[in-house]
Amino acid sequence: MGDVLVYTEPSGDPERLIAWARPLATAAGGDVVALVAGGEPGGDGLTGADVVLEISHPALSPYLPEAHQAALAAAIEARKPDVVLLENTTAGYDLAAAAAAQAGLPFVGYCVDLSVGDGEAESTSAVYGGQFLATVSTPLPAVFAVNSTAIHEVSGAPGRGEHVELPAPAKLDSLRTKFVEAVVPPDEGVDLTKAERIVCVGRGIGGAENIGIAEDLAAALGAELAGSRPVIDSGWLPKVRQVGKSGARVKPKLYLALGVSGAPEHVEGMQGAELIVAVNKDPSAAIFNVAHYGVVADLFDVADELTDALG
Amino acid sequence: MNIAVALRLMPNPGDELELDGADIDREYVEMVMNEFDDQALEEAVLIKEATGATVTAVGLRTDGIEQALRVAYARGADRVVIVDAGELDPYDSRAAALAFAQAFRELKPDLVLTGVQTPTDLFGQGAPYMAAALDWPQANVVVGVELVDGRVQVTQEYAGGRLAVLSLELPAIIGVQSASSPPRYVSMARLRQAMTEASTETLEVELPARTQASTIESLARPEQTAGAKMLEGDAEQLATQIAALLREQGALVS
Repeated sequence: MGDVLVYTEPSGDPERLIAWARPLATAAGGDVVALVAGGEPGGDGLTGADVVLEISHPALSPYLPEAHQAALAAAIEARKPDVVLLENTTAGYDLAAAAAAQAGLPFVGYCVDLSVGDGEAESTSAVYGGQFLATVSTPLPAVFAVNSTAIHEVSGAPGRGEHVELPAPAKLDSLRTKFVEAVVPPDEGVDLTKAERIVCVGRGIGGAENIGIAEDLAAALGAELAGSRPVIDSGWLPKVRQVGKSGARVKPKLYLALGVSGAPEHVEGMQGAELIVAVNKDPSAAIFNVAHYGVVADLFDVADELTDALG
Repeated sequence: MNIAVALRLMPNPGDELELDGADIDREYVEMVMNEFDDQALEEAVLIKEATGATVTAVGLRTDGIEQALRVAYARGADRVVIVDAGELDPYDSRAAALAFAQAFRELKPDLVLTGVQTPTDLFGQGAPYMAAALDWPQANVVVGVELVDGRVQVTQEYAGGRLAVLSLELPAIIGVQSASSPPRYVSMARLRQAMTEASTETLEVELPARTQASTIESLARPEQTAGAKMLEGDAEQLATQIAALLREQGALVS
């Protein structure tokens, strides 16, 4: 009892999430148990764990949602942890709620903070695209998915490093999901990760017909033009120009955000920028929590004037 | 081939939200189709166009769902179904997923598409919950769906834009991140036509009494203590200040 089970991703970096789990395990009086399902066990990233729980089976690599769902369910069944932690990545979306439902446990996602005590967890989740934080109490045991932005740059002390093999669940021999192939996205000559300056437009740009205004500003700054997810999903800019969880993770010298609301999925991709300037007409936009300088104004007016001022 | 799309609502992303206790003030908020469900609907209609599949748009009875279902019909859904599960807590995504799952037991679709998330599903995403309830295979954060040899083939997206193609046995549930092409525009005329043409079916389902163990204690705006230094002035003054600070901070091309 009192264990914190951390799901580690096959090609991920588990170190930060394991370090994040340590204070929880201390508070709950248990171990940090890292589940390694078909990955590369024993890597440096696992040194923070007290117990490394390994499940080996050919179906676990490369990653398959159904296979990892079965492995996580088996680990929860075997260890009966108080807290199950996943990062809110693609695997997190596949596995966290599904594991909770299978094990009959509560689930809380999009966590940016979590503490445990007295058989209960108190957590904070980003909701409504990061506009609000919900404070939630949950009886333990429970499953939590943590936003990547919340486990930024954490490293911890080494754990006991005990290794335990768990038998592969029988389900792995009769999966209904097959891996077909990995796809390398086509090289379209744009690499936002190498850009020194980025002008990023969000939903506030309003439509493809207005992209030119941002393009002019980007040209005046010598910047690459980028977009947040709503802009890409609406087809106003190509996918190769997307910044965020589903797109490029960028660290430019300058990040100028025009009409970007600042959803956690976007912030994940750009919070490492050296200088972030945000223009948004909504004074409560979440982007102002991550920006260094903020302007509450009509982005079109400011973009035009700024293009002129730089010209 | 029958494809069902599970549609949910979200506050119009353009609306400014206000708080009312541990919830948003819902009085003046327009509820629209959840943006990822919009992508799921588009993907379903694209598959219909490519293969002749039928598309059933399914929503839970709640204020605003009829309008969203009409939009779905105008966009190409063949059938619209409202699932009546009684009064649901708007944050109880597990109850909502169980209601959808109950409906799918009756509607028996070959494939269910829904959005990968909603702005309020902190207690769990719909696709994995439905998949767990029905014991169907699932995949999430999907950016392309095709039918290949009696199975569904999806492109799943991972951090940094990496992609993999997976093949799932049917029936399956897919949490869609984005459609293969942007959602189509529907004219007001087409929408009005859909209002007269679409005949909505209703399906009643029973849910277990309690599905959610967590409680939302409070809802608040993030503290802006570490937030941005705000600049003031008219557009021209703002532009001058921004240009000056970019110069000072060495952020301009030298």
